[in-house]
This record gives sequence, C-alpha cells and structure tokens, in this order.
Amino acid sequence: MRTRKTTLAAATAATTLLLASPALAQTEVQWWHAMGGSLGELLENITDGFNASQDDYAVNPVYKGEYNDTMTGAIAAFRAGEQPHIVQIYEVGTATMMSAEGAIRPVYEVMENSEIEFDPEAYLPAVTGYYTTTEGDMLSMPFNSSTPVVFYNKNAFEEAGLDPEQPPRTWPEVEEYSQALLDAGYECGFTSGWLSWVQLENFSALHNVPFVTGENGFAGTDIEARFNSDLHKKHIGKLAEWQENGIFSYGGRYSNSRPKFIAGECAMYMGSSASRAALNANVEDFEFGISMLPYWPEAEGAPQNSIIGGASLWVLEGHSDEEYEAVAAFFEYLSSPEVQAEWHQESGYLPITQAAYELTQEQGYYEENPGADISVEQMNLNEPTENSKGLRIGNFVQIRDIINEEFEAAFAGEKSASDALDDAAERANGEMEKFHRQNN
Amino acid sequence: MVENNRWVKFSSHLILLLGIAAVVFPIYIMVIATTHTGPALQRPPFPLLPGDQFFENMKLVLGEGLSTAGAPPVALMMFNSMVMALGITIGKIAISLLSAYAIVYFRFPFRMFFFWLIFITLMLPVEVRILPTYGVASSLNLLNSYVGLTLPLIASATATFLFRQFFLTIPDELLEAARMDGASPMRFFWDVVLPLSRTNIAALFVILFIYGWNQYLWPLLVTTDERYYTIVMGIQRMLNVSDTVPVWNAIMTTAMLGMIPPVIVVLLMQRLFVKGLVETEK
Amino acid sequence: MLKRVHFRRSYLPYLLVLPQIAVTLVFFIWPAAQALYQSLLIEDAFGLSYEFVWFENFIALFRDGNYLHSFRITIVFSAAVTFSAMALGLCFATMADRVIRGSSVYKTLLVWPYAVAPALAGALWAFMFDPTLGIISGFLKTVGYDWDHRLDGTDAMMLIIVAATWKQISYNFLFFLAGLQAIPKSLTEAAAIDGAGPFKRFWTIIFPLLSPTTFFLMVVNVVYAFFETFGIVHAVTAGGPSRATSILVYKVYRDGFVGLDLGGSAAQSVILMAIVISLTVFQFRYIEKKVQY
Repeated sequence: MRTRKTTLAAATAATTLLLASPALAQTEVQWWHAMGGSLGELLENITDGFNASQDDYAVNPVYKGEYNDTMTGAIAAFRAGEQPHIVQIYEVGTATMMSAEGAIRPVYEVMENSEIEFDPEAYLPAVTGYYTTTEGDMLSMPFNSSTPVVFYNKNAFEEAGLDPEQPPRTWPEVEEYSQALLDAGYECGFTSGWLSWVQLENFSALHNVPFVTGENGFAGTDIEARFNSDLHKKHIGKLAEWQENGIFSYGGRYSNSRPKFIAGECAMYMGSSASRAALNANVEDFEFGISMLPYWPEAEGAPQNSIIGGASLWVLEGHSDEEYEAVAAFFEYLSSPEVQAEWHQESGYLPITQAAYELTQEQGYYEENPGADISVEQMNLNEPTENSKGLRIGNFVQIRDIINEEFEAAFAGEKSASDALDDAAERANGEMEKFHRQNN
Repeated sequence: MVENNRWVKFSSHLILLLGIAAVVFPIYIMVIATTHTGPALQRPPFPLLPGDQFFENMKLVLGEGLSTAGAPPVALMMFNSMVMALGITIGKIAISLLSAYAIVYFRFPFRMFFFWLIFITLMLPVEVRILPTYGVASSLNLLNSYVGLTLPLIASATATFLFRQFFLTIPDELLEAARMDGASPMRFFWDVVLPLSRTNIAALFVILFIYGWNQYLWPLLVTTDERYYTIVMGIQRMLNVSDTVPVWNAIMTTAMLGMIPPVIVVLLMQRLFVKGLVETEK
Repeated sequence: MLKRVHFRRSYLPYLLVLPQIAVTLVFFIWPAAQALYQSLLIEDAFGLSYEFVWFENFIALFRDGNYLHSFRITIVFSAAVTFSAMALGLCFATMADRVIRGSSVYKTLLVWPYAVAPALAGALWAFMFDPTLGIISGFLKTVGYDWDHRLDGTDAMMLIIVAATWKQISYNFLFFLAGLQAIPKSLTEAAAIDGAGPFKRFWTIIFPLLSPTTFFLMVVNVVYAFFETFGIVHAVTAGGPSRATSILVYKVYRDGFVGLDLGGSAAQSVILMAIVISLTVFQFRYIEKKVQY
C-alpha cells in the first residue's frame, strides 16, 4: 500500500514535471515590433538565434503592423494591463515614452538590476544619444536606426557630363548639378523623402542650429520651436523655388518619392540610409552611389553631424523580475557584435556598437559595398553638440504632420516659405504646450 | 422593355459597357499585378498585359507564407476571416431578428427606451470608439479569441433597422389570424415571420458578411496571436510596412485570394439580395 | 412606428431584446460613455495622470481653424461622393433594367467593387494615379494634364472622391435595380402609349416612384462618405497635401490613434456621435413620415 502510494506520487510528480517543464524552465518574453516584409524575417532570425542559444528564456516576436499601429497597440494594451515586455517605438514616440514614468522601465535600470555586465560605453554615442538622458542614462535600446543620405544615379551623372565619383557636397553644388541634369533632359534634379526629418530636423543638426529650445527638448517639456530661423527659411525658400523650376520635385510624404528615383525621373534622392536594401532590390537600369547630405557653406559649423531616425526598444513595466532578467539577456545578445553586424549588413540600419562597426569593417563589407559606411561616417563627423544629439519633442507625430502640411502649402505656392515655417512653428508650439500640460 | 427603339438599346449597352470598363479597371489592374514580379511593378510603364509570374506569386503566397514576419499561412487567415465574417453575420442577424420582432410586435414598458438605445448605435463606426472598446474587450478577457473578434462588432443596429422596416410591412391580418388560432408569439415568429423574412436575411447576409470580412483595425488591436489573424489584416500589414518597400506582387496576389469569398457570396446571393431589397422597400 | 395589433404583455419581449441590449450596453454605451468622459480630460497617452478641464477640448476644437476646415471639406467630399455614387448607380441600374440581353453579365461585373476592402480600394487607386508609376496619371500626362495628388489639393480631393465613389456604386446599383424592378411595367407602358419619350418617362414616373429608395440610399451614402471612407483616405492621401483631404473621421483617427491626443480625439468623437444621432433622429422623424415605404 505504502509503496504503491509513493510510486503513484512519483509518477504524478514526473508527469507534472514533464508537462510543465517547458513552461517552468523557460521564461517567455513578448516583443511587439513593427518590422514587416524582409525586415521582419531578419528580426525573426535574431530571436530564433537567441532562443536557440540558451534554454532559460524564449523571446516571442509579434508583428503589430506599422510603427503607429504598434505604438498605439502597446499603449492600449498597457491601459488594459496586457502589455508586452518589449515594444519597438519609432523615434518620434520617444518623448511620449520617456514621459510615461510608471509605464516604462528604463533600459539602464533593467540592465543594472540584472546579472549581466552592461557597458554603456560600448555603444555608438551618435546612435544611443537620441535615447539617453542628459545624465547619460540609456532609456531605450536602439534597434533599427538610420540617417538620411543622398542616393545618386551614376549613369545620369555621366550623361549630364558630371563626374559620377564626385557627388555634390553643398546645396549650391546640388543646384548646379541639378541644372546640368535638367539640361541633359532629366525631369528633375533631386527629390527627398521624409521632408521634415531630412530637410528640417537633420538640416538643423547638420548646420548646428537648434530645432526647438531646451537643448532640443532634452532638458524638459516646456519648449518652443526654433525651426523658423532665417537659415531654415532660406533653405525651405530655396526648395520652393527649385520646385518651380524642376531642380527639386516633391514626391509626397514618408518615402513616397522613392519611385521617382527608381524610375530614373530624378537623379538624386535624399532619404533614409536604410533604403539601400530596397533600392538594391528595385533599381535595375542604372548604378547608384551614396553620399552625405549637402549643407550651406556659409553656415558656421556646417557640416556638424546628422541625427538618426528609426526605432528603439522600450521595456514596459508590470512584469516579474525573472522576465526582466530575460529581457536583459536578450538585449545583451542583441548587442553582441556578430548579431549587430549581421543586422547592419542585411537590413541597412546602423550598427549600435563600435564593435559591430569594426567587425563589419574587418569582414570587408564596406569594400564590397561602397557607400554602406557613409551613414556611419556622417553620424560621426563631429562630436555631437546640443543641437545634433537628437530631438525629444512631445506630440512629435502631430508636429511632423504640421510641418509636412506647411511644406506642401509652400511647395504648391499657396504661401511663402517664410510664412509656412512661421505658421508651422506657431502650430507646433501649441502641440508642445499641450504635451507639457498632459505630462505635468 | 417598352422601348423598341434601336438607339435607346444601343446607348444603354454602350453606357453599361463604359461603366463596367471604369468599374472593373482597377480589379483588372490588380489581376495583372498578380502576374508580374515586384520590381516590374515599381517602374513605369505599368504593364497592361499579363506576365508569366502568376504561379510563382501563388507559390510565394500560398507556399512559403507571406513574406511578412510571422504571418500564418493564407489558408489559416482565410479560415479566421470566414469565422469572423460568419460570426458577425449570423450573430447580428439573430439578435436583430429577435429585437426587431419584440419592438414591432409587443407593447411593453420601456419599449421606446430600448428602441432609442438600439438605434443610437445605428451608424457609428467602430473606428471612432475603438480605444475604449478595446479596453472593454480586454477587461472581459476577450483578446485573442474568436468571441473578441466578433462580439464587439455585433453592436450595431443596421440589421435591426432593416428588419423593423420589413416587419412593419407584414400585413396585420396575419397576426390577427394567428392569434385567433391561438398561436403563441414564438410560434408566430417561427411559422410566419421568419419564413417571410427569408430574402431580407439573404440581403443582410451579403451586406454583413462583407462588413465583417473587410474589418481591419479591430482585428489588428485584439489579436496578438497569429492563430487569429485575418486575411484583410494580413493584406493591410503588407501594405503599410515601415522602412521598406511594399511587396506589390505578393500583396495583389493575397488581395485577389482574399476577395474570392466575398465575391462568391455576392454573386451567389445576388438574386436573393435584389429580391430581398425589393420586398423591404415596398 | 408600431403595429396596431400586439401580443399581450409578458416577460417575453424583454427576453427578445435582451441579447441586443446587452451587446449594445457592453460594447457601445459603455465605451461611448468613456469617450464622453475622456473628452472632458487632458490626459497622457498611458493614462497615468489626467486633469479635468470641462469643455476645454471642445472650445479648442472650435477655435481651431483646421477643425472647421475639416468640417467644410467633409461636407464637400460627402456631397460629391453621395451625388456621384448615386447618380452613377441609378444610371447603370436604369440601363441594366432596360436591356434584356446580357443583363446578368452586366450585373455580375458591376458588383465586384463592393467586395473590395476600403483600404485595398484606396491602395489600388493610389497605385493607378501614382504621379510616377501610375497608369492613369501617365495617360493624363500625355494629354497635357500634370497630375500630382501629392502636392495639388484639388487633385487629391478628386482622387479620394473617385475612389470612394467607385466602392459605393455597386451598392447603389443593386438597391436602385431592386427599386426599378419593383415598379410595375404597366405604368411605364401606359406612359409610352401616351407618347412620352424615355427621358420624360424616367423623370415624371420612374424617379418619383423611386423616392423611398433614393431617400434611404441618401442616408446610407452620406453615412458612408462621413465614416466608412477613412480607410480610403488613410491609404490614398493620409489627409494631405497640406490639409486638403483631412476629413472629420480621418482626423479623429489621426489625432487619437496616431497622435495619441486622447482628449481632443474623444471630443471629436463626441461631436461625430452627436451628428450621427441627429441624422438617425432625422431619418426616423422626418424621412420616415414623408416617404411612403
């Protein structure tokens, strides 16, 4: 009788153990992300690699749609107590996330509380700076970062009698080259994607002028627009003028203008460095080169350095210590040179650590793919200043909409560039004030 | 037709043909796009004739799954869409039949209160109240479930409205006769009202099925488990990609597959649909 | 509004309305009440802190020229979509009612767009009119019109009107066809014998007889244009260029779902709800009395 009971108990225990072992042994982490298409496949390679590398933790990636859908989905989930552990948030959501004390757990805290050794110095300051406090604490883990560069059509340059190895470096040169291209029968000189990001935000960083007050928002939420300075007005005024004579051709918001370049209509395209993969896959009729963003030579301190865009990974509150341990282990894996180098090379995003950059160099990747390192070089042109560290602005989504709207009014000739920027600044100030009230 | 005038006949056909050309052209473009490679669609001029990539694209979409990360096979998404569309359709028709019947055939305290409570929801789309509705669904533990996909979208009064309109046209004599025979309200419902509503049900079936099939924002919010992803959601997610180029050939191929069930429903039910409407509108 | 003959009072009617009332209360009234409350708050996205501000969100909306602008373009857009979708639907239905040969083929082909998801419809039209890749914009260029809905507000408005109309023609077509088939042929035959031509017959006999269908479709189309076109705007223009196509329902979505301005977006929702409710009341109180079903 006694023996039987023991056997039974042992059997039960064994069964329980068997049934429960995957759940018991593995701590599962939910990662909501916004990487569709081929980027999503690359991302799953990373999580598969992590899950295979050890037995304690499992990261489960969930594609939640584009950036907006992912962020709003995560916030709605948080309000309902169903939030994931990690969520990928685009750079314009940064201020909203960091103001949400009690909803997010800063990455430096997650790493410090874990058993993992964490060296913030290993990361590229130009990349992490965007997501770091003025005290140097890393709030979120940079994941997919890019910076705007110029893609140019080498064949078109040759046809117009320009040197395909000497792309324009300054705006006057862009104008001159574009004129030559127009004369050679091209429909337009250059087009640009992500107008606010490329022609206003990065323009400010590159020329070392503030975009908003308060150290570009790093010092607090009580801020005002500064993107309607004379230099900004001159630049946008020039774009509007060029829109008239075909040197510039506006092609819509986001990266909607990219087909103009792919189709050979415009010989230069200013857009995210991460477009390289997409261009490689779609451009068949010509060769293209990559160069740095142009600047106005008369501006003091230009070119400074460009800033990033893209997204970072935020850790949300409300989970167990064990799960945060798993998050930390995953971030460590994600930051390892091999993983980063592969991600950088396959996706076209910037590497986040110095080691990954060096590893890529060692592997000879940049020699095989000339131009792939332009983005990193441009980020590291100079030590970032207050004006070129990044932007931290509340309601940034609306502000970008506002800037796009006013740009469109200027390019369509409905108002002058100067009025458009002043109106944009006034409307943006309203949004920043509202955000300040929502969060104080 | 009264007219034997050749000219009238000819112009009628001509207008219809032109109309159909305009209406069907976008669909044609979609079908053409399923037969080309992605890069071919990214460069002008857009091909007007079919290419030879149809089977490749089909294989891509059906075999390897969508190149969207973690997207389940198309067949599963189609199944989920079917469950969702049918759930919404049947659920709405069932509750609407009952409530319209109560409101038309009974006089009871708070009747008007219920009436307005229901009809206030007549037309408000789910997009406008989506975040609070999500909160409710999650506090009821409905995330990642078929119930969560369907139940919240059943809250709308369009079907109730149409049934009410129809019930008002049923001759009162039928009810008087039934009452004289001593039929209970439910018997009257089953034996008289329901058979008479057959064509209306068919008409609503079409409208609601398409409404349910084409939902996007709601499934996107309530599901995080790919076992519950729907096909329109899959298409949308391929369409709105961040930082990369939409894979047009795969999108169009999936879209074409995703269109088949609603088109079949419309075509099969078309006759009943038109008939149902004729009777409602009397 | 009510039958003259009724069943006796009992618990039964309550049981019958219960499922719908329950669903309505839980998934409509409850969230709507929350939206109403939220419209009186200024709140951060995560709901960690809030301030009760009474009607400040509403006042801000009506002071905002852009919101009033949204109102204006919504009216233009809805009127254009309602009119063109109904006119084309009626035109095709009349023709389809007239022809005998091939009428089922016509019908079959005309109902396809109804099955297309709004966002996909938007993507298709944006694709065809893409200033660089589009087949129609390419054609327009050869005839001398430089189409650019990315920069020209009028082009953009035209495009969403066309896309929204396209999607709705089938629905109107089916309803009008049903309405036409319900009109006794003897009426039109009598008029034809009296010597009335096809146009005169249409306007003096057929069109008045279609009035219940026309009124019903008008309400349905206005509601469609107001609310269900958000997927199209989202896919085609995202409200731009400038603010040329930022219709009300898109602005609610954009401010709330994308911009995370919950108070402001909730206030807009409340205004939209008020519009819907008045449309509903209008439908029951006015149209139902005027139009003989």
